[in-house]
Amino acid sequence: MTRSGENPRPAAETALVTLSIDGREVTVPEGETILAACTAADVETPTICWAPNLTPVNVCRVCVVELEGSRTLVPACSRPAEAGMQISTDSERVRHSRRMVLEFLGSANDLSQASEIADWSRTYGADPARYEGSADGGGDLPLRPEPERVDEPVRIQDDLYIRAYDRCVLCYKCVEACGDDAQHTFAIAVAGRGFDARIRTEYDAELPDSACVYCGNCVAVCPTGALQFRTEFDLRAVGEWRPDDQAVTRTVCSYCGVGCNLELHVQDERIVKVTSPADHSVTSGHLCIKGRFGWQYVHAPAFEPPTTSVTEH
Amino acid sequence: MFGLGGGTCSYQEITETDVILLWGSNAREAHPIFFHHLLRGLDNGAAMYAVDPRRTSSAEFADVWLGLDVGTDIALSNTVAREIIAQGMHNRSFIDHATTGFDAYAASVEPFTLPEGERLTGVPAEAIAEMAHRYATADRAQILWTLGITEHHTAVENVLSLCNLALLTGHVGRRGSGLVPLRGQNNVQGGGDMGALPDRLPGFQLLTDPQVRARYESTWGCELNPVPGKHLTAMFEAMEDGELRALYVIGENPADSEANVAHARKLLEGLDLLVVQDISLTRTARMADVVLPAAAGWSSSEGTVTSSERRVQRVRAAVPPQGDARDDVHIISELAQHMGARWTATSAQELWDEMRSLSPLHGGMSWERLEASGGLQWPCPDDDHPGTEFLHGWLWEPDLDGHAPAPFSTVTHLPPAEALSKQFPLRLTTGRVLDSYNTGAQSAGYSSPIRSGDAIEISPADASDIGIVEGDTVRVSSPRGSVDMDVHVTDRLPTGLVFTTFHFPELVDANLLTNDAWDARSGTAEFKAAAVRIDPLPPLTAAAGGTSGPAVADRASGTAAAGGAGG
Amino acid sequence: MADLHFSDAEPTASERRAVLAALSVDEASDGAVVVSHPRVVRAGMQRRKQMRHQLLPALHALQREAGWISPGGLNFVGRTLGVPPAEAYGVATFYEMFRTEAPAHELSVRHVCVDPICALAGAASLAEHLRSQGHAVHEGPCLGQCERAPAVFIQGRREPDRVPADGSGPDSLLVSVTASAPETPSLLRHMIGRDHGHSESMSMEAYRERGGGAALDAALSLGTDEVISQVTAAGLSGRGGAAFPTGIKWRAVADGEGPKHVVANIDESEPGTFKDRLLCELEPLAIIESIAVAGLTVGAEHGWIYIRGEYPLATQRLRYAIAQAHSAGWLGDDAAGSGQPFDIELRRGAGAYICGEETALFNSLEGFRGEPRNKPPFPTTHGLFGRPTVVNNPETLLNVNEILRIGPEAYRSVGTEGSPGTKLFCLSGHVGRPGLYEAPFGITLGELLGLAGGVQGTLAAVLLGGAAGSFVGPDAGELQLSLEDTRAAGTTLGSGPVMVFNDTADMSAVVERLAKFFRDESCGQCVPCRVGTVRQHELVTQIRRTGRSTEPQRELLGDIADAMGDASICGLGHTAASAVLSAMQLGLLGDTAS
Repeated sequence: MTRSGENPRPAAETALVTLSIDGREVTVPEGETILAACTAADVETPTICWAPNLTPVNVCRVCVVELEGSRTLVPACSRPAEAGMQISTDSERVRHSRRMVLEFLGSANDLSQASEIADWSRTYGADPARYEGSADGGGDLPLRPEPERVDEPVRIQDDLYIRAYDRCVLCYKCVEACGDDAQHTFAIAVAGRGFDARIRTEYDAELPDSACVYCGNCVAVCPTGALQFRTEFDLRAVGEWRPDDQAVTRTVCSYCGVGCNLELHVQDERIVKVTSPADHSVTSGHLCIKGRFGWQYVHAPAFEPPTTSVTEH
Repeated sequence: MFGLGGGTCSYQEITETDVILLWGSNAREAHPIFFHHLLRGLDNGAAMYAVDPRRTSSAEFADVWLGLDVGTDIALSNTVAREIIAQGMHNRSFIDHATTGFDAYAASVEPFTLPEGERLTGVPAEAIAEMAHRYATADRAQILWTLGITEHHTAVENVLSLCNLALLTGHVGRRGSGLVPLRGQNNVQGGGDMGALPDRLPGFQLLTDPQVRARYESTWGCELNPVPGKHLTAMFEAMEDGELRALYVIGENPADSEANVAHARKLLEGLDLLVVQDISLTRTARMADVVLPAAAGWSSSEGTVTSSERRVQRVRAAVPPQGDARDDVHIISELAQHMGARWTATSAQELWDEMRSLSPLHGGMSWERLEASGGLQWPCPDDDHPGTEFLHGWLWEPDLDGHAPAPFSTVTHLPPAEALSKQFPLRLTTGRVLDSYNTGAQSAGYSSPIRSGDAIEISPADASDIGIVEGDTVRVSSPRGSVDMDVHVTDRLPTGLVFTTFHFPELVDANLLTNDAWDARSGTAEFKAAAVRIDPLPPLTAAAGGTSGPAVADRASGTAAAGGAGG
Repeated sequence: MADLHFSDAEPTASERRAVLAALSVDEASDGAVVVSHPRVVRAGMQRRKQMRHQLLPALHALQREAGWISPGGLNFVGRTLGVPPAEAYGVATFYEMFRTEAPAHELSVRHVCVDPICALAGAASLAEHLRSQGHAVHEGPCLGQCERAPAVFIQGRREPDRVPADGSGPDSLLVSVTASAPETPSLLRHMIGRDHGHSESMSMEAYRERGGGAALDAALSLGTDEVISQVTAAGLSGRGGAAFPTGIKWRAVADGEGPKHVVANIDESEPGTFKDRLLCELEPLAIIESIAVAGLTVGAEHGWIYIRGEYPLATQRLRYAIAQAHSAGWLGDDAAGSGQPFDIELRRGAGAYICGEETALFNSLEGFRGEPRNKPPFPTTHGLFGRPTVVNNPETLLNVNEILRIGPEAYRSVGTEGSPGTKLFCLSGHVGRPGLYEAPFGITLGELLGLAGGVQGTLAAVLLGGAAGSFVGPDAGELQLSLEDTRAAGTTLGSGPVMVFNDTADMSAVVERLAKFFRDESCGQCVPCRVGTVRQHELVTQIRRTGRSTEPQRELLGDIADAMGDASICGLGHTAASAVLSAMQLGLLGDTAS
């Protein structure tokens, strides 16, 4: 699987395949996915667990499409495009499964900070309330028991980021970024099974006691705000998180000589978040602790004499 | 290498190589995102040999860690070379085609038999032989290094000894094979590219070449001094000799970052004039007669920096400078005005265009191309040139494309300048850790949950010999000074070796210990090898704080103020 | 800072010993990090990758020794194998048989099955009884002993695992319709009427006297192409439930580049299924022989047995059979004189229904969470360790032995055109003689029930195919049990379980338990199944509570079923609603209200 942005050079002599997306012929390089073919055909496809800089895990299933000849729907994000495929992206079956996936997530998680999922939910008419006790219209019947939800407290264990797993839809992105798609630290994994599966350190150890090196790559790929930078969390707490007022400027990290591109998200003349472009050949969107968090000195009061412990010694 | 001061490979190539020698580099912590590329290479099946006195976190990913004695890199590389030649694994056709000086080189490494290599380096002969064989017989192989190679009094010869291995095996000038020095600072490559070297003009053009000078003189409308200047270490020598009396320091914190820093401070204090231009009030700035507050170059200025793969990329202003701080270009232009110069180019783009009109390496890198692309790799001589992924492909071309053959260098093994003694029986080496950086001007500004402060790391056997345990505070002394530090016992260090970082100089003045013996050719001081002694402190002394011995909690809180930008 | 970061927790001496013994490694020279000299350490990613597949055996050893996967023990396993502790923890928490919290006792744990057949047979009161006697009891899913319900499995603490019914009760009932005619296929031919308790009958000598070894000899003399063409001509399809043509699978792997693998999938966990357990217990050498036939035919070097953790007797006998096969030269560098290397390694599961899914099985065997992989790519090209892999059920493999014994034409003499040969049926519940029955494909359900002594009482429903199958009503006696007929009737044979319920059974409780089964056994990887199985169970619970279903409830169940069936990753999700839906259609879940 080639990752976008991985190889800046045009691949030599890549074969092309032509397939049909909703009745339109589309040609993409061999090895590309149905998702890429949909994009090439200007067909918008919802995704949650897919990211351009991670290996597709195809677990959220919101990108499923109908492939002629296939008994079940297939995930667009990971299924390689093959010549002659007949794909439908807007059939009743596709719309139904997408709606149900979004509805399931809405019924189980706090999606209040997952704006993209909320948009898709509206598009597909997802109605998580259908699972709630009062929604069955059963008049004389007792209310259904409350549907089980992912119920987790917010974890604040350091100054760099928070974890709010009631928002976690188990997309595996953080595990991938922490693991062999980027950081190879493996501080977190999926533990437990079924609906009880959660992202965990070993024995749910506090993050600073785990293998975590605070690169923040997990936070950067989280689609629901289950992982969130402290800056964002704190600003949200006081109602001051305003993405629409944020300018994003691309620059280069000020630390070592690798040349990581940074996107500085600036609100009210202050950096509030640092990301990296997923399609940049150096970072593929991933950073280290210094690049991700080492910017705060920029806002330290300039030229104050050294304070605190220094003056004590 | 071979005339150009840049790594020969692109990062992408490490994902495609077969054998990696990571030599004197803890890239996992010092170059974490480059290490991501390296990890992909390992995932793809590459074998890695980590050569380092410490078993670093990078070495954990290596198939084999070779723990050589500090300062025996040349002994090791010469042994590797001799073994390759003895086994007939050297690339004879490449050597004949593209190099000179092989016979003399072969003769010079002849004494470095495997047993001799083991005796000199402490690494068992079998491991040396294995690394030699794997490197020599690999289809593609790279040698990567960092300051573990260059912060020695034999810096240049250390580098040349690694270049010799690449020439011996033909592991240079081909995709996936090469020599890669990883740059420690975001623009140390760019600084060199731009002529911030005593004998160079932008694009590594020799100052002493009259034709080169003439082009600059005609563009700049002034005459250039043809005599190469001094590098940093030579400047301190000149201060000592009384020859250098005024110093203008931009973005460097020598009062914290120099080896044998007590001596450096004394020299700085003795200057007639010290001007410091920096983003924070470093220790050097606090000693200055004039301080020019500068804007952070990466977040409040426009310009370019160049990475370890020779990639020139744009930096852009995202936030206004704090207080009265100004952009470096602005400050220097203002100074020039006051000195009577009539400089016209004042924007970053205008300066860039002027530079690229004079540096053929950068000629094709228009501002527009830099804006539009994810950066361009030099050499990029003209507007249609895509930039260069790897250097020295000419080594494999017929007639070397008109180049002179690449010379082997005969290099001599010299032990560290400071020998161990009864009085100072332990070898101290220094380096970075993941979450901190140099003297802390930047990295001390954020609160890292994994920060542990500058401790003295020591092997369990040595700790037990001295009678100290984890968390004790001890006095570490070298012939130049003493520092009180907390103890961290780790099995990642062989006996006889201790290690510290230098990220919190206001708290732990580690460079009081380091040796300012330096390499005559590069001017690099031997940060990596000092002789020290460790003495336990009686509990009362430790509690009182000593010269510098703060509680770890203070450091862990990350509240230590800015230290310095340089180092 | 170390990249593989462990807490300070240390293993106990006995935990260390147990892990090292299980892995048969020398800590100093075989671990993920080998300090061969103070200045030379061997480690690295390739080494870690090569050791990872020993994680499950190591966790088994810890669990048996300490009664849980303790932090110190997990650290030791992680250090030894180079597995990050978070990952090892993620694996440990995936399985029913591993605990990650310290037990309050020093006891072996009695697992009591609470799935439908055992529930009918009084599992709840058995569990209560065991508890009252001071035993540690864990109520869980099917243990594969449905013919002798209620089932108990004892997970040993510092003692071997065992099943109380093994060796103590009467031998399980085996019936074969085809065994008496030598020129027809019969898997049970030599198993019926033998004294299975005697170790002599398990010897290679005795097995050869029964005709054992002939398939291997035939396979070697016929060669790859001829074996595969006979298997193809015989029309053999997989007996694990998916019914994929075996010849096509073998051909694809034979054509693939090595290294290649053969995996015997003995993780049968489908409620109602116990056939593989009996096959392995009764004729283990035949299983080994059949794996060797597969391996040498497709050119695989590595054979693997992945067997349910709850099958201690079958495991023990297979291990003994592997040892004998070694002695006999069937396995080794020159396996059966073929000139090819082939060996078999046995791995125990640890309690996870999903690991019967072939790609989940691969992940489990490789030391990862038993989460299914998306297909394609298929195991024939990207199977175990990413290599071309034949994965077959023991019943399927034994059928190859039969094809090689009598030839494809004779093989096709029984069964139907679309489903040649015989099928093993696991009869349980309200029948006269629960047990394992071999009958030609196409036998009617009524005939099969008749073979088993008929229905006890008045038939209410039969669950065909287990939890992943569907209910048929009392009127289904004429249903022909072939792949094509069941498919046409909207049901499935699955792996062959036939669970019989008479009118005394609380069918809504049965259905709720099936819904709970899927909720518990969903691996949690994909959204439709992870959440869908929960919502389905909630709805079924509610319907059962009120005794009738409303139109919105039925619509919602249908919506959930469609999404799970269409959008889940694997067969578990695809089939998680079929039993519930069929029960609804048959009115087993109460009345319908508008």
